Amino acid sequence: MSTASIGHNISLERRAWNIRRHALLMGEVQGQGYIAQALDIADVLATAYFHAMTFRPDEPNWEGRDRFLLSNGHYAIALYAALIEAGIVPEEELETYGSDHSRLPMSGMASYTPGMEMSGGSLGLGLSIAVGKGLGLKRKGSDSRVYTLFSDGELDEGSVWEAIMSAAHFKLDNLIAVVDVNNQQADGPSTSVMAFEPLTDKLEAFGWFVQRVDGNDLAAVRDAFDAAKAQMGTGKPSMIIADTLMGKGVPFLEAREKNHFIRVEAHEWQLALSALDERKPS
Amino acid sequence: MTPAPHKAPAGAGAAKPRLTTSAMIASIASEGQRTKPAPFGHALNALASEDARIVGMTADLGKYTDLHIFAQAYPDRFYQMGMAEQLLFGAASGLASEGFTPFCTTYAVFASRRAYDFIHQTIAEEDRNVKIACALPGLTSGYGPSHQATEDLALFRAMPNMVVIDPCDALDIEQAVPAMAAHQGPVYMRLLRGQVPLVLDEYGYSFELGKAKMLRDGYEVLFVSSGIMTMRALEAAKALEADRIDVGVLHVPTIKPLDTETILAACSRPGRLVIVAENHTVNGGLGEAVAGLLMREGVHPAFRMIGLPDEFLAAGALPTLHDRYGISTDALCAKVRQWLK
Repeated sequence: MSTASIGHNISLERRAWNIRRHALLMGEVQGQGYIAQALDIADVLATAYFHAMTFRPDEPNWEGRDRFLLSNGHYAIALYAALIEAGIVPEEELETYGSDHSRLPMSGMASYTPGMEMSGGSLGLGLSIAVGKGLGLKRKGSDSRVYTLFSDGELDEGSVWEAIMSAAHFKLDNLIAVVDVNNQQADGPSTSVMAFEPLTDKLEAFGWFVQRVDGNDLAAVRDAFDAAKAQMGTGKPSMIIADTLMGKGVPFLEAREKNHFIRVEAHEWQLALSALDERKPS
Repeated sequence: MTPAPHKAPAGAGAAKPRLTTSAMIASIASEGQRTKPAPFGHALNALASEDARIVGMTADLGKYTDLHIFAQAYPDRFYQMGMAEQLLFGAASGLASEGFTPFCTTYAVFASRRAYDFIHQTIAEEDRNVKIACALPGLTSGYGPSHQATEDLALFRAMPNMVVIDPCDALDIEQAVPAMAAHQGPVYMRLLRGQVPLVLDEYGYSFELGKAKMLRDGYEVLFVSSGIMTMRALEAAKALEADRIDVGVLHVPTIKPLDTETILAACSRPGRLVIVAENHTVNGGLGEAVAGLLMREGVHPAFRMIGLPDEFLAAGALPTLHDRYGISTDALCAKVRQWLK
């Protein structure tokens, strides 16, 4: 059973909208944060937490849960928003985002936050840990899955390919990875920093079950997670390549010149919230 | 600063036995020395027979770290991760987070240098219960800097949460393995493999994590040593008896946390020359750890350090290299005589 247990009749559209709103409120607290990434990945996180994954909000370390590893630690603002929406982190804590003594530091770390399964920040770690967790779950005879989210820039890291090769070698069909292709990394467009295409062909050649979807099309993302989950028993790990739009859901941020760290002026947080509110789904 | 290997060594051409390069040596033991085979592998098997959480992992160096002993006994608990050290340690973190106790092996150079960030972030920062056992510590290979882990102790000492062990012999290793497992959290141990010298059983010694042990007392000189340098210090102490020089040896197999109480007490005895001896660069290892401790605590004996120089070491035969870089028994004896003059 999934999180549907909390708020049974809430649509994925509304979940994604709520995640975007929580993230904007946290961004406003600090006046900064990787908000454009949080907005682009909200649909993936909404689908992961409210359609695909099994967990217990009041028992984040429950043995039967699906594991979620955030490799790109700077997306913490997005995952906190999802954890708040999932009832794992209380909503009132979003006011502490990035503050002293907060459980919600700017970069995600395992020991700080309930539901945060790894310490990211140093990019390229998540898939290796996911391989170990996948092996561990199989050792225990568990039917839980390991989900991991990483960013397209992390494809530059050799360790990611070590993990990709080994996940197929170990037949980790309990592993579902999502790569956020927003085509933006620190020094510019990801594909110009280091050419990683054709990504589907490469990953298929490495022995993965690969799907490429519009990461902001909820129906497509939902179908992709369903197909990935159906790989259990095939011996193939699953990769969902999610092409996303930075700033998604806030038109003036969608239109802003693309950058790894999109600047939002102090007065714009309220404008962004207003723009989002105008698009509130039922 | 690199030695000039193109120069003909002194005495070249003379009728001397030709020493060949010591590579991935099967034994650090000198000729005729008592040894025990593969103490790490056998100790791990004994531990695994009692603890189902133990798993073994390596990055294509199972045979060269004695982990093949475990792999043969427990094939379903052995993970061959391929020649990929970053993956090895990241995956070990993942297995530990699922409740297992991975013992990971590779060469010390690869753990300390190639995979440092992976150990730092996925194991030490997350405080995962991963045990790291690494062969070819310090100067125990003649292949040159690619295989000589001369700075591993400094690197792992600097890493929060990490326990660091530099064992002397087969007894140390076989007793350290269950102690590593009993400690909750990450541990790095230097590993001797193959036919490993057996030395410490003569001294009524037992390994205790975090404890330094006085192996023999002496009035004029105290060696404070770890790893194979304790073996060398014991040999030097015996040899120096002929010169009527009374030498004690304090073995410090746990580099971190340091047994400050025992070290301070031993170094506080008046009139005794303290010599720290380590198979490691003089930068940041046991020598500087002890020096810092003594300075902080206001204990000021006559103090000397024996360790590897701050340079890339040469390739060649180990006996030659140990003489050249001052960590052979003869070199220790010569230093003691010189410093006591």
